[in-house]
Amino acid sequence: MSTYNFDYLDELEAEAIHILREVAGQFEKPALLFSGGKDSITLVRLAEKAFRPGKFPFPLVHIDTGHNFEETITYRDKMIERIGERLIIGSVQESINQGKVIEQTGKNASRNALQTVTLLDTIAEHQFDACIGGARRDEEKARAKERIFSVRDEFGQWDPKRQRPELWNIYNGKIHKGENIRVFPISNWTELDVWNYIRREKIELPSIYFSHERAVITRNGQLMAASPFLNMDDEDVVFHKQVRFRTVGDMSCTAAVESEATLIDDIIDEISASKISERGARLDDKVSEAAMEDRKKGGYF
Amino acid sequence: MNILKFFTAGSVDDGKSTLIGRLLYDTDSILADQLEALQSANRKNDDGTIDLAILTDGLRAEREQGITIDVAYKYFQTEKRKFIIADTPGHIQYTRNMVTGASTANLAIILIDARNGVVEQTIRHSYLVSLLGIKHIVICINKMDMVNYDEAVYNSIIEKYKVLAQQLKLKDVTYIPVSALKGDNIVQHSEHMHWYGGQSLLHFLEQVDTDNLDKSQLARMPVQWVIRPQTDEFHDYRGYAGRVLSGTFNLNDKVTVLPSGASSTIEKIEFFDQAPDAAHAGQSVTIHLKDDVDISRGDTIVNASALPQDTKLIEADLCWMDGRALDTTVMYLIQHNSKVTKCKISEILHKVDINTLEKHPADEFRLNDIGRVILKTADALAFDLYDDNRANGSAILVDSRTNLTVGALMFRAAVE
Repeated sequence: MSTYNFDYLDELEAEAIHILREVAGQFEKPALLFSGGKDSITLVRLAEKAFRPGKFPFPLVHIDTGHNFEETITYRDKMIERIGERLIIGSVQESINQGKVIEQTGKNASRNALQTVTLLDTIAEHQFDACIGGARRDEEKARAKERIFSVRDEFGQWDPKRQRPELWNIYNGKIHKGENIRVFPISNWTELDVWNYIRREKIELPSIYFSHERAVITRNGQLMAASPFLNMDDEDVVFHKQVRFRTVGDMSCTAAVESEATLIDDIIDEISASKISERGARLDDKVSEAAMEDRKKGGYF
Repeated sequence: MNILKFFTAGSVDDGKSTLIGRLLYDTDSILADQLEALQSANRKNDDGTIDLAILTDGLRAEREQGITIDVAYKYFQTEKRKFIIADTPGHIQYTRNMVTGASTANLAIILIDARNGVVEQTIRHSYLVSLLGIKHIVICINKMDMVNYDEAVYNSIIEKYKVLAQQLKLKDVTYIPVSALKGDNIVQHSEHMHWYGGQSLLHFLEQVDTDNLDKSQLARMPVQWVIRPQTDEFHDYRGYAGRVLSGTFNLNDKVTVLPSGASSTIEKIEFFDQAPDAAHAGQSVTIHLKDDVDISRGDTIVNASALPQDTKLIEADLCWMDGRALDTTVMYLIQHNSKVTKCKISEILHKVDINTLEKHPADEFRLNDIGRVILKTADALAFDLYDDNRANGSAILVDSRTNLTVGALMFRAAVE
């Protein structure tokens, strides 16, 4: 028998590919939720490995808050052209125009919470029965308990008390009409695993993940990119810093970290030594100790 | 570096969450903002130190009640290994959660409170570990600080446990005296127990044989998806995509496709832009066969020299996981890897009292009940016995009325 070297990244990759193929096999109308962040970029790479030379058995769906980093959108459009797959955009601005959600006001206004409505509307409009996402269990305590196949009711809600047992590598994707399943193929990856995989696979990322000079202000003790999307007043002093972003969410709620890391190797060194978790740079998690659990129950990714 | 998946069993009072918290804390796996959240939380130990158990209590209800009610997955890594912990509740009403957490683990940590020794729940947890066929077992005799780190207490507990281990045919058992609260023998070797010459828990976890490489001769790959691009460039391309469950497929191996029984030979193995000459257990690949056979999702490709079982009557251990009791008149769905077919439980052979290990005749199965049944499937499954091949010897039951996963099955015998 030949020997082979199957290291931890190979194992995580093989598991994720298995999960993606289960989605293809079990659902009629799946979709891959693409945010432009490194986790969903990793998912696209895994989907290529799962389905090439065939087409993806699902479109990519981007929930666009309208408050994007320009670099993310440039990256997205270039990537779609390269992989030749279909992109569906759900627009938060449109939800606002239609009066389905109301723009928040005040200093901490963000469109982060509004995108849940746009996401649920997009799912309903296209009748998606499964949505693949890049959430990981190491991100947050509530996520640590979520299944890989996670059922949402017709209101998009997650009920942590009624989760199905998930045994061995067998995923039960049976649902009633109107329900859908959120699928998390990289549940068992950590932030560091994702970075190591990106390095190994030589995956290109949006430039905001790397150190660059940016106009910022300080908000709630964190560096925020100065932008028209942030409600700024005279108290907010704009200054320039060498920063990078560890996640790419809505511009109004994604904090920057000071960093000189220009290469993936630098980033991996930085994360290995870092004492702040990735979601620590998300203001939306800081509202209360149960913040994520509440948002997930409401249909948030 | 490879991955060790382990699960922990024990009830709240055994300090299971504290043990995991201690592993994370002492390996520097807790980040500053998480620690800050921890320190600002209301719960503290009696001596004012932070309560490490909070780290693994994820959901609000659990924080409020101070108990773990679901499976929480935690991750940490050292220079030697990546670890995935399934933290499961220990109370009898959460047996199904424990079975869930144990199903993907290759090592189990069972906690025993040094003050109480082997108790009912130790028997229960050990039984579940034997039922799920977990290879390695670590018995942590915890709270040694509460018994003055007394060697005699430790020895009397392991003597008692050895009797149980023998009864359950547990082979690979390791005993470690610890105090999760004080950190003795978790990461650092204890200053208080010089009489203990073994490894600390972490050192043991770092070097135990993970056996991720399956050396089984039973090559099995359920087909999940057929890749057919139907483009000009790939006009006749037909690849069978799946994850190798066990064994190894080599180029030119003779294979059988089940349930049809069609024979062919492996022409090509693909993994994205690579074309390896073998596919091993655990790998997700695409296989091409020389002959044009009809294969779709739910079929299984196996090596022709070691065929799986193919009966429609199967004797299996069943753990019932739903609030609605088993109904032997109802048709359930059985999901065995990528194959789904209808089935009925045709006979309940016995139920096991998992606190005493006694078998009783039974005519009903309720939430958390475990026992032996005979089931009859509509289509034949290409299965192996659980003891021979865990990955191909297990299945779940789905209630088609609710779509819930209601049972876990471990195949024990083919009924002729």
